[in-house]
Amino acid sequence: MKEETPSYERYQRQILLKGFGLEGQHKLLQAKVLVIGAGGLGCPALQYLAAAGVGTIGIVDEDIVSITNLHRQILFTVDDIGLQKAFIAKERLAKLNPEIIIINYNERLTTRNALKIINDYDIVIDATDNFSTRYLINDACVLLNKPIVYGAVSQFEGQVAILNYHSTIGIASANYRDLFPTPPIDGEVLNCAEAGVLGVLTGIIGSMQASETIKIITGIGKPLVNTVLTYHSLTNQLYEIEIVAKAATRSLIPANAADFITMDYEWFCTSSNNKFEIGIENFNRIANSADVEIIDVRELGESPMPTDFNYVQIPLSQFNNNIAAIKKETIVVFCQSGKRSLQAAQLLFDTFGETKTIYSLKGGITEWVKNKSTEKR
Amino acid sequence: MTVHIMLFGQLADITGVDKITIENCLDTDSMVKSLQNTYPALIQSTFVIAVDKKIISSNTLLTDQCTVALLPPFSGG
Repeated sequence: MKEETPSYERYQRQILLKGFGLEGQHKLLQAKVLVIGAGGLGCPALQYLAAAGVGTIGIVDEDIVSITNLHRQILFTVDDIGLQKAFIAKERLAKLNPEIIIINYNERLTTRNALKIINDYDIVIDATDNFSTRYLINDACVLLNKPIVYGAVSQFEGQVAILNYHSTIGIASANYRDLFPTPPIDGEVLNCAEAGVLGVLTGIIGSMQASETIKIITGIGKPLVNTVLTYHSLTNQLYEIEIVAKAATRSLIPANAADFITMDYEWFCTSSNNKFEIGIENFNRIANSADVEIIDVRELGESPMPTDFNYVQIPLSQFNNNIAAIKKETIVVFCQSGKRSLQAAQLLFDTFGETKTIYSLKGGITEWVKNKSTEKR
Repeated sequence: MTVHIMLFGQLADITGVDKITIENCLDTDSMVKSLQNTYPALIQSTFVIAVDKKIISSNTLLTDQCTVALLPPFSGG
């Protein structure tokens, strides 16, 4: 709390609530919450936590605002494009509630700074957009014994859970690795830039994260401890799944701070599957060769459709039924960003093994088009 | 014996449906095998299995009218 006598008038409507009261408000004002990621999930979570009077809020984000953020990252305006997200978020929130302390960290969360930053807070909100940071946050919070309010989205669906929360009744708490012990192979799970996301969905999931955070701070209601809630915005389906803590999970997490600092989470989450990738230069060199079969694995109707080389279309969803007929010795698969094509390359490898040379166009057609337009200049 | 399967996220994109009902499936291992035969792209997919809303970590016997949920990880934010 910044001031000796904070204005409780602004909190009057929530203090009125049964079970909340002045006591709940005091708990919020004493609480320290770290929001990692000031994006689609982080923006609404930050707004509601600041408005509710969480006394100290930390914001970690190294990114700058871009125009493709604005459909879901509602703290930012067109005037903020190119500026630091964490800094702008702090400015906006300070105007919303000048009675709380807001600290911005304009840096990427790494194994070097994570333990130091997280240690100053009571609760961590995982509002990130990538697996390597999610595993990093999980492991750091297990080492520091801090609860995580987890949120993640894909297209029209979201997941929310409270992880690593040690309640007083002594139930062993599950963490992210009890849910997903190791990351998916690189390219298997698309991020928002590749798969798209409904802006308002991140608003709903980020707001749920704020709501769960307020519940565990004030002790009201039944928070999603050891439970992952899934929400589908198109069908309004809500489904809760109980996560069970497993003894084997602890062995996946670094034993102590020294081991944690030496972990390479970036590598851990992307290393598994790069043997197929071919760069644009090499691709252009072989693209018109008669021995090379080029396959577009995007779903039908996706654009742009390149005209500089010949290719066939076999969407990934129908891939396995159609690949046995491929005769040529070398196969190159491509998609929009180079992620789905990695999956396709793996499927081809599973079918043909070493009998064919299999490549996946690195960076996908997006990177190829970009490269082509710079060459023309 | 009828088992109801719910698919989430990218798994539903692979199958094209978010609910599947299968008959005569004894346990979760044979259920996954049968799904992978029908939808080979599932072989490449990461997901956890929940039987009647509880995550399992080893092969689990299924009962008539039980619901099995397949939940993939999401990274977006």
